[in-house]
Amino acid sequence: MDIIKFLDGFTNETLLEGKPSRRDMFGTLGSLGKKAMLSAIPFGLATMPNKTFAQDSGSDPVSALQLALTLEYLEDEFYDLALQSGVLPSGRPETVYMQISKHEQAHVDFLIAGLEGAGVTPVEKPTFDFTAGGAFDPFNENGVGQETAYAQLLALAQAFEDTGVRAYKGQAGNLLGSDFLTPALQIHAVEAMHASEVRRLRGLKGWITNNERGAGMPEATQAVYNGEENVVQGGVDVTTLGSGPSFSMEASTEAYDEALSGDDAVAIASLFIVSE
Amino acid sequence: MRKSIVKVKPVEKATNRRQFLKLGGMGVVGAGLLVACSNDDNGMGMMPDPDPNPNPDIFDLGQGDLGVLNYAYALEQLEADFYTKVVNSFYANISDEEMQVLTDLYYHEVNHRDFFKTAITAAVEGNTELVLPTLEFDYGDLDFNNREQVLTTASVLEDTGVAAYNGAGRLISNPGYLLLAGKIVSVEARHASAIRTLLNPGSADFAGDDYVTTDTGLAAALDPSVVLSAVGDTGFIQTPFTANNLP
Repeated sequence: MDIIKFLDGFTNETLLEGKPSRRDMFGTLGSLGKKAMLSAIPFGLATMPNKTFAQDSGSDPVSALQLALTLEYLEDEFYDLALQSGVLPSGRPETVYMQISKHEQAHVDFLIAGLEGAGVTPVEKPTFDFTAGGAFDPFNENGVGQETAYAQLLALAQAFEDTGVRAYKGQAGNLLGSDFLTPALQIHAVEAMHASEVRRLRGLKGWITNNERGAGMPEATQAVYNGEENVVQGGVDVTTLGSGPSFSMEASTEAYDEALSGDDAVAIASLFIVSE
Repeated sequence: MRKSIVKVKPVEKATNRRQFLKLGGMGVVGAGLLVACSNDDNGMGMMPDPDPNPNPDIFDLGQGDLGVLNYAYALEQLEADFYTKVVNSFYANISDEEMQVLTDLYYHEVNHRDFFKTAITAAVEGNTELVLPTLEFDYGDLDFNNREQVLTTASVLEDTGVAAYNGAGRLISNPGYLLLAGKIVSVEARHASAIRTLLNPGSADFAGDDYVTTDTGLAAALDPSVVLSAVGDTGFIQTPFTANNLP
């Protein structure tokens, strides 16, 4: 597995190349507050003010945006290849994928422009392998057949969108005080709209129940859903809220999406990234 | 039939009265405000009011994180109340799918509402004068037995909720509250997508060009004053409150 290697490259680029330009970015972005000051400290020395919200490696706005860009590259290429594959039935599936593809392309362009505008070199697009080393054949390139390929196209789309929602959420704290917070939230919401539609296209609910990946989802995608079973929000067990009967686990977990750490998001993405 | 029950209108399109209230820094939601603020027409003009709560009889959402939490609580109260009415009297001939979606939304929104009440009460350490009171609602001639009116209203409420959270994120300073808002807004966005598809199956409306910018792929984000002005225009919220300390 090339996760470590990928993370290293990721982190080094941010730390080394980003160093002189990061100051520019902070200047460009205006008031960054505590996060920015912390991120100027070398990793080992930085201590987060509140351990509960401490993020993993790369807890600064630049790392957050670079991670977002990496995930958007992945989604953008996936939908491009899906639309070219001839696997998608016309009608609703094609309409849905075209709309999503348009947004993912826009997100890539937006994030590149934002990073460059802030004087930061955007991460390069990785080489993707959507077969995940031969486990899938979503574009029917290896003869798995249209039907299976289509099922995998939908399953991967669901996994990517639900990952995107969780990953952006996990980076929001790193963008606190940055001018990129609002656009990141706006992208986050779009990913959630995509996720809901793809899930419903697959016959699932648009929202995540417990930590269920849902019918027909490959076991390899379970990492996308682990942790979604949480019912303690802000220290409150939300099954016990109100004065009426307690809320079901289903409703209580569906009502809140959980965040994914940067490391976990990278681990999921790297299943589809070819190490150079 | 009224097609769009709640509209997020640009400020310019609001009535003169609303516009005046807004420019005077006096955005007030709720029908009672017409009485409570009736003397504003003569006195305050366009001057920003230095008093953070010029109408002490009317609840003000507050500022900073507290203001945002109360703001979210107001919107969640509206959504929860609306879906409570929907599920207590489903429109005729509702499909199984629509019943499932609307029932789920009911549970989610009631949970969000109850969560904010608990969270805010904890945040103000029991000083309940700072917690937005339970609001009263009136849906006027909205016909809960009419599928299109119910789903269209649900759609506007969900779209507005997403835009409200997106616009309020930057007003939050506590990362814990920001994370909680993030956990909720994506669920609202999932709702918005589902309702949009119920209204127009098979289309690109689930994240339509009317809501997501085509060049940058960004969903709407609106300031509290814009959201509350639009919500106020619906007349749904009967209990007056102000948001004098939010943008």
